[in-house]
Amino acid sequence: MALLEIENLAVEFQTSTGPFRAVDGVSLKVDAGEVLAIVGESGSGKSVSMLAAMGLLPWTAKVTADKLLFNGIDLLGMSPSDRRKIVGKDIAMIFQEPVASLNPCFTVGFQIEEVLRIHLGLDKAARRARAIELFELVGIPNPEERLGHYPHQMSGGQCQRVMIAIALSCNPKLLIADEPTTALDVTIQKQILDLLMRLQAEHGMGLIIITHNMGVVAETADRVIVQYKGRKIEEADVLSLFESPKSPYTRALLSALPDNATGDRLPTIAEFLSDDQIFAGAVR
Amino acid sequence: MTPVLEARNLVRDYYIPGSLLKKGKTVHAVKGVSFSVEQGKTLAIVGESGCGKSTLARIVTMIDPATSGDMLIDGQKVDIAKEKLTPEMRQKVQIVFQNPYGTLNPRKKIGDILTEPLIINTRMKADDRRDKAMAMLKKVGLEEKHYARYPHMFSGGQRQRIAIARALMLNPRLLVLDEPVSALDLSVQAQVLNLLADLQDEFQLTYVFISHDLSVVRYIADDVMVMYYGEAVEYGSREDVFSSPQHNYTQTLFAATPRADIDSIKARLARKAAA
Amino acid sequence: MAVVDTNAVPPSGVAPPSGLAEFWFYFSRNKGAVIGLAVFLVILLLAVFAPIVSPHSPSIQNRDVLLLPPAWSEGGQFTYMLGTDPVGRDILTRLIYGARFSLFIGLVVVSISVISGVMIGLVAGYFRGRTDTIIMRIMDIILAFPSLLLALVLVAVLGPGLLNAMIAISLVNLPHFVRLTRAAVMTERTKDYVIASKVAGAGTTRIMFLTILPNCLAPLIVQATLAFSAAILDAAALGFLGMGAQPPTPEWGTMLAEAREFIQRAWWVVTFPGLAILITVLAINLMGDGLRDALDPKLKRS
Repeated sequence: MALLEIENLAVEFQTSTGPFRAVDGVSLKVDAGEVLAIVGESGSGKSVSMLAAMGLLPWTAKVTADKLLFNGIDLLGMSPSDRRKIVGKDIAMIFQEPVASLNPCFTVGFQIEEVLRIHLGLDKAARRARAIELFELVGIPNPEERLGHYPHQMSGGQCQRVMIAIALSCNPKLLIADEPTTALDVTIQKQILDLLMRLQAEHGMGLIIITHNMGVVAETADRVIVQYKGRKIEEADVLSLFESPKSPYTRALLSALPDNATGDRLPTIAEFLSDDQIFAGAVR
Repeated sequence: MTPVLEARNLVRDYYIPGSLLKKGKTVHAVKGVSFSVEQGKTLAIVGESGCGKSTLARIVTMIDPATSGDMLIDGQKVDIAKEKLTPEMRQKVQIVFQNPYGTLNPRKKIGDILTEPLIINTRMKADDRRDKAMAMLKKVGLEEKHYARYPHMFSGGQRQRIAIARALMLNPRLLVLDEPVSALDLSVQAQVLNLLADLQDEFQLTYVFISHDLSVVRYIADDVMVMYYGEAVEYGSREDVFSSPQHNYTQTLFAATPRADIDSIKARLARKAAA
Repeated sequence: MAVVDTNAVPPSGVAPPSGLAEFWFYFSRNKGAVIGLAVFLVILLLAVFAPIVSPHSPSIQNRDVLLLPPAWSEGGQFTYMLGTDPVGRDILTRLIYGARFSLFIGLVVVSISVISGVMIGLVAGYFRGRTDTIIMRIMDIILAFPSLLLALVLVAVLGPGLLNAMIAISLVNLPHFVRLTRAAVMTERTKDYVIASKVAGAGTTRIMFLTILPNCLAPLIVQATLAFSAAILDAAALGFLGMGAQPPTPEWGTMLAEAREFIQRAWWVVTFPGLAILITVLAINLMGDGLRDALDPKLKRS
């Protein structure tokens, strides 16, 4: 049974200009132990689809799907209180801006222990021990001391490690990472990605990485989904995608990479593709 | 031939004043950096956050003064701490910022944003200003109908183009670009990089291009300077720096950059299968 | 060649809403604000067309109809809809003319406070350092006094009268605008577009007034609306204490002062001016709330 199974997901927002479809008919499957990368540019709906699956969208969003199953359980029809028992515990998510994702008013120790208290019901001593264990797991030096620090006292990379620790605290089956390294420096990015991959392999989690960076995709993914303006354009295993991309949009994306530049000007998507052509060339 | 920009041992220190409970301290943002750029060439400055590249950009653009060291533009020494900038010198260096969403005045129309430098610095008539702004707008790939619109109606890539157009209104000799494509999508990035290359050819512009993205740097730079904690740890032509990086940090940087090529993917998958 | 920008705005092929249409979309979401706006417009129209709309004159005393109750009570007459006051003047007419005064007071006070407050706030926020410290400490001193007390003291010094009351209330409102402007200026002045103007060679004055100031207007507009209603209240309070508009001016607060002794005997002489103040201030505050929702981007809900 697939860990996460989504079929025909659609998300519509109410805006001042009328309804806006951020996600239009996206389907995907993730198995345990697998790394799926969702790649797309801004406006592709990649973050929105995952937020919709977690139930984290504002009231102005209307979420519909033929199937939205986590381990066979229907997430769409669930009541918010039931969903809260799963989200954060069995499915966890980490976000793009690590310092902004943590509550600036509380110590990081308090924030990680809060998750342990609510989802696992551990007592104070057990929580502290587990928090220290988690900080060591994600490679934060001096964990006992760090528990008392506030987010603004830590660097971006360390905050992201804290976020990963919080996400892993209840041994989730699925981890969704939304642009986890975009706001970080290159050297820190490598450390965080290595950490994520190592933890994924050790715990056998399903991992969904949302990114716009093809390099990150190449270094982490087993399978890749390419999205554009809310629709899925292509899905393939990572090697096939890079070696022989089937849809024109993916080919255009790959050729726009400066590393793949052949002349002294980069080919741009606009030069040969319109929206309709992109959607028509979608390979489901 | 005199280089357009020459920097000799630029130093920039910030003094953070102390309070009742803390002593004041000095932050050495730039610790003695030297380089030069010839006309029509691009110098790429690479580094991670905190390395001082943005501080250096502000010194080169003459927004902040250097604490010590010399900076020469077209052979002429410039020190804004000692004397006020002449309008002529002010026009020689312009800047394009990283964040397209903060770089344009939200309350002004595009036409007004573009003609502002002309109003401040020249005595051109309103019609001439409008013509020049319109021409520049078209040159960066936008259309006449965009002239009377407000910034919030444009996407990130379009705003960066407008920012580039604004920077070029005064015909500068040197354009400082502080991570101009970092906030843009891949395809938009390609468009903007192409535009910059076209403009450099047409106007014989000199670029100081700051970036943390090595693939972009490898693509556009003629010379590369790597900065680390305020110091230039590597400085040379693009070929030299990329083929044989001398400094430890440069090598670390190269190793950390994610590679999107087929062989690396095959190698990784093989490692995973073996494990 | 059409340039396809993959993160182009707007999402569907519809043109982006013009500023006014977008503003109205957010403003109209707040039903209270729309009601407030409607009521305010009615009051404004009544004030503007007072001579045409009012049934009588506000100042002519008619000894035959002293203290007439409202039309629907026993002893009332339809020509004097809301009754008459102790010297035989029609209350409805006086209320309508009073609207003129209240709106005029609000307008003048807000104008003086806003213009001087914005100037001072701009200087404080842009130059920082000692200038900022001195200005803000003076503002703190003004804020430390209870506003009505300070206004009373000023009027006592300047002499009672409507003009002096307006000056006093403006001074009391000044620190709010200075603080708002200063905070907004401090936020905007480090932004890229301000630096871009500097790099283009803009001087200090141009940057302060043409670059930064237009971006600070949203919170100022909201505060100005609320200050409008506060000014009306303060002027009424001063009038009630005999330090504002002097009789026979038909200002609502002054009407209340004159009617103090009649609360038991003739409730309508006190109630209607009070209701007028209440409704006007409430309408303006509701409008200000709606303005805040419409103009503050952080509160935008979609």
